[in-house]
Amino acid sequence: MKFNHQSKPMLAAFAAALLVLPFIIDSLLGHGWVRIADFALLYIMLALGLNIVVGYAGLLDLGYIAFFAVGAYTYALLGSPQFGLHWPIWAVLPLGALLACFFGVLLGAPTLRLRGDYLAIVTLGFGEIIRIFMNNLNAPVNITNGPQGISSIDPLSMGGFSFSKTHELFGVDFTAVHLHYYLFLGFTLLVIFVSLRLQHSRIGRAWMAIREDEVAANAMGINTRNIKLLAFAMGATFGGISGGLFAGFQGFVSPESFSLMESVMILCMVVLGGMGNIAGVVLGGVLLVILPEAFRHGAGPLQQALFGKIVVDPESLRMLMFGLALILVMLWRPAGLWPSTQRRRELMPDETVAQQEQDTVYDAAK
Amino acid sequence: MSFNKISPLLVLLVAVISAGCGKTETQVVQPKDTDELVVKIGASAPLTGPQAHIGKDNENGTRMAIDDANAKGVTIAGKKVRFELLSEDDQTDPKAATIVAQKLVDAKVNGVIGHLNSGTTIPASRIYSDNGIPQISPSATAVAYTAQGYKTAFRVMANDAQQGKVLGEYATKNLGAKKIAVLDDRTAYGQGIADEFVKAAQASGAEIVSRQYTTDKAIDFASVLTSIKGKHPDLVFFGGMDPQGAPMVKQLRALGMKTQFLMGDGGYTPKLIENAGAAAEGTYASLPGVPLDKMQGGRDFSTRYEAQFKQPIQLYAPYCYDAVNVMIAAMQQAGSAEPAKYLPLLGKVVHDGVTAKIAFDEKGDLKGGAITMYQVRQGKWQAVETMGGTAPVAAH
Amino acid sequence: MDILFQQIVNGLVQGSVYALVALGYTMVYGILGLINFAHGEVVMVGAMVALTVLQILLAAALSSVLAVLCSLMVAVAACMALGYGIERVAYRPLRNAPRLAPLITAIGVSIVLQNLAMMIWGREYHAFPMPFSNGLHELGGAIITDVQIAIVLIALLMMAGLMLLIHRSRFGRSMRAVAENPSAAALMGVDINRVISATFMLGSALAAVAGFMVSANYGIVHYYMGFMLGLKAFTAAVLGGIGNLRGAMLGGVVLGLIESLGAGYIGDLSGGFFGSNYQDVFAFFVLIAVLVFRPSGLLGERVAERA
Repeated sequence: MKFNHQSKPMLAAFAAALLVLPFIIDSLLGHGWVRIADFALLYIMLALGLNIVVGYAGLLDLGYIAFFAVGAYTYALLGSPQFGLHWPIWAVLPLGALLACFFGVLLGAPTLRLRGDYLAIVTLGFGEIIRIFMNNLNAPVNITNGPQGISSIDPLSMGGFSFSKTHELFGVDFTAVHLHYYLFLGFTLLVIFVSLRLQHSRIGRAWMAIREDEVAANAMGINTRNIKLLAFAMGATFGGISGGLFAGFQGFVSPESFSLMESVMILCMVVLGGMGNIAGVVLGGVLLVILPEAFRHGAGPLQQALFGKIVVDPESLRMLMFGLALILVMLWRPAGLWPSTQRRRELMPDETVAQQEQDTVYDAAK
Repeated sequence: MSFNKISPLLVLLVAVISAGCGKTETQVVQPKDTDELVVKIGASAPLTGPQAHIGKDNENGTRMAIDDANAKGVTIAGKKVRFELLSEDDQTDPKAATIVAQKLVDAKVNGVIGHLNSGTTIPASRIYSDNGIPQISPSATAVAYTAQGYKTAFRVMANDAQQGKVLGEYATKNLGAKKIAVLDDRTAYGQGIADEFVKAAQASGAEIVSRQYTTDKAIDFASVLTSIKGKHPDLVFFGGMDPQGAPMVKQLRALGMKTQFLMGDGGYTPKLIENAGAAAEGTYASLPGVPLDKMQGGRDFSTRYEAQFKQPIQLYAPYCYDAVNVMIAAMQQAGSAEPAKYLPLLGKVVHDGVTAKIAFDEKGDLKGGAITMYQVRQGKWQAVETMGGTAPVAAH
Repeated sequence: MDILFQQIVNGLVQGSVYALVALGYTMVYGILGLINFAHGEVVMVGAMVALTVLQILLAAALSSVLAVLCSLMVAVAACMALGYGIERVAYRPLRNAPRLAPLITAIGVSIVLQNLAMMIWGREYHAFPMPFSNGLHELGGAIITDVQIAIVLIALLMMAGLMLLIHRSRFGRSMRAVAENPSAAALMGVDINRVISATFMLGSALAAVAGFMVSANYGIVHYYMGFMLGLKAFTAAVLGGIGNLRGAMLGGVVLGLIESLGAGYIGDLSGGFFGSNYQDVFAFFVLIAVLVFRPSGLLGERVAERA
């Protein structure tokens, strides 16, 4: 990443746009859509975390939502009447991230030897195991309150500043959804920053080497075991942070929020957006949070107008579209909608490699 | 990567959002004359997804109550009132539920009827409470919903503790069960009602000989039922819904067990009989409230419902109908539809509904709600007995 | 004692179904080295098609034996076509792509099939008609129904037939050749694409039979029924040693027994700490344990780790 003179004004404009975005959304569409934007940011964080595992290191993880769950439950258990604990956010969030990281290593360690399809199915099993445990740890000792979930979770607050109350600043009212937007935006930018730095670091290059050819990477002196574990741990950490924020934002967590379908959704974001490319993953996250909303409001009334009744439930239509999108993207645009240059090169058929390399030479010359 | 690449993303984002804009507007309120007071009632239930048919039923019940009130010409503090329904889809998803709640609050609704499930009702209740909007759930049964201490949270449905207690006592006292096996489907509903059932049954002197579990997607119960068989219970209780209840009772009979089989309101559906066939005979299930044909206006409600929506009542429509009317009654007594003004009276209203006589306790739960037991006899659900609750106004 | 015996019967019945489905996974894996994630959904489609045909035929007052046979045939045919289609559309174009690609399309196919089924047949649980009276038999204290006896017998028959087909026929020989070394097989005049298509169709036919058996046994059909069954069957295939036909059969039966005995006894053994609520966890633990400690499975000749 380069910051040349031309990109600076762009950067400033972009930052300003992000800052006023909630107010634009608010005036056009209302608070409800600001809340949707908040959720979009949480999902982007998750997608970026999964991107490290799937996009960078090439390890297909189908149980990623488990780390989100670990973060959310850590926050919920330490900040709710469940145990009467009300720890502050600066203690709970890092702890949630740490625990998620621990679970990431726990999952990574036994599965290190596995590749591709085996890894996918084992991670899927791991995600389900976590969910089943959370659903059942209400007896004989009540830890997670089982399927009832944990309610009355403390809202996010820092020092005396509560994010769930309206604050007036410079004569402008910042409501809860706005404040959460800025908080989540801050964390998302942090995650993006870390991802960017990792991508171009020694570690990031090692991940990509493993993705391309594990044996060769090993031969080049990369400690594949540690590097793979690190990918799991980093990805899980991001998931844990996002989970903690989710619990505080929502005020309620229950195991039904952490189903296998959620893992698939996040995978869709990464795959459709562009594996390994941060901008692509962000795009994927935004699209997959907003499109279902548009679908819900668009597909139903449209059918009503065309056929006079709802022929196909918009919800199943939406899932059908996701399924089709996964297939079609893999068939025709395997690197996603906004691919990373390197990934694109790798996923192109062999004949064009020469052309690709040629392009790269020209790129370098610019 | 350079940041130049992000700007098209931003443009796209704004474009997508503004494209969605036109579609999402709910009906715009246009008061025709200034003397008319417009009261907006928000409603939320899953209108898409696996429970869409039950959610639509809720919406229908709410709509009927609002149409009735408009036809009747309700006045509040001397002003004629026009009620408007703002119905939103929560997709059975806790996240979507909070978004919907935010939208209803934005639209400045005077009260909310919803949501359908406990999993959506609880997270949404925080938003309604923060904004002081009264909320009456027609069907959420988790104890936690009203235990959060929110003054805005009410329900017109017996909670798990109330229903589980009646079921536990019915099993031991009326059906004479001494040794009981309990199964649940590990959903919030199934686990909640099963745990309360266990407490009540134990308190009445029965022994829980086996506690087994399944999931809300399973169809094979052979091994858990075999394990139960080894404990020789007199009665098997299942906390769950009819999709599992039907194959369960079938497999129970296929294992040669002749014990009684009891379920909560999740079992009281025609589908249970259809899918279990002859094995369903003798199954018991409960439903909060009094049988509709025993209540004043209840039978009338069901015929009008069928005439208007061309289908029988699915499950909770009568409860939605009652919830709206309780809310209107409180508004009339307060002489105002302002949430802050009528909320204190909502807890004190007594209303003769189509499901029961409705009054709330200090938490917002239904006070002494009646619960009716039904049994499958000759392939049909038949009311056996109504227990608890304030004496209903009998129609005949 | 009769309870233990009953649990073993339950496990055997369940295990026979797992085994039939597991064969589909293992055959495809043996040839392509690919997990066909959508295989569980093929089972579901088989059950759904059988349901529809059976309903129509019974309504047309066809004799019940004929109706059952016809619906089974139609279901098998439909699933074979589906299996062929899945391979052509989702897997063949990606045969030389990175390994992640076909895996993701497989997940996509699974989602698409589930939701299509939901649109066609609805979300509700359907009762599967039972034209015969399903008699109960007592066997050493355990009770077994006619349908369950039929399940075990049919599963055994199908597996015996499959073994004959693969080890004694010309087609079986080309299948084994492709599994061993595709390019060498191609040089020897084997049409690889045809063999692969045929393998998918064969696995799908077995899946259709399994779908029919499951529906008849539980008397219920649902659009979601294939997913968990598929996962369990895959676990069975891994347990027995993926790519190994005998292993898939053994793995299926062993997994069925583990689940049924586990769910039945873990509550008593752990003093109520664990219960049947962890039934689904057993399969996943078995899967992880096998992959970690014995990646080649119980009977595996192949190395499980194929990059």
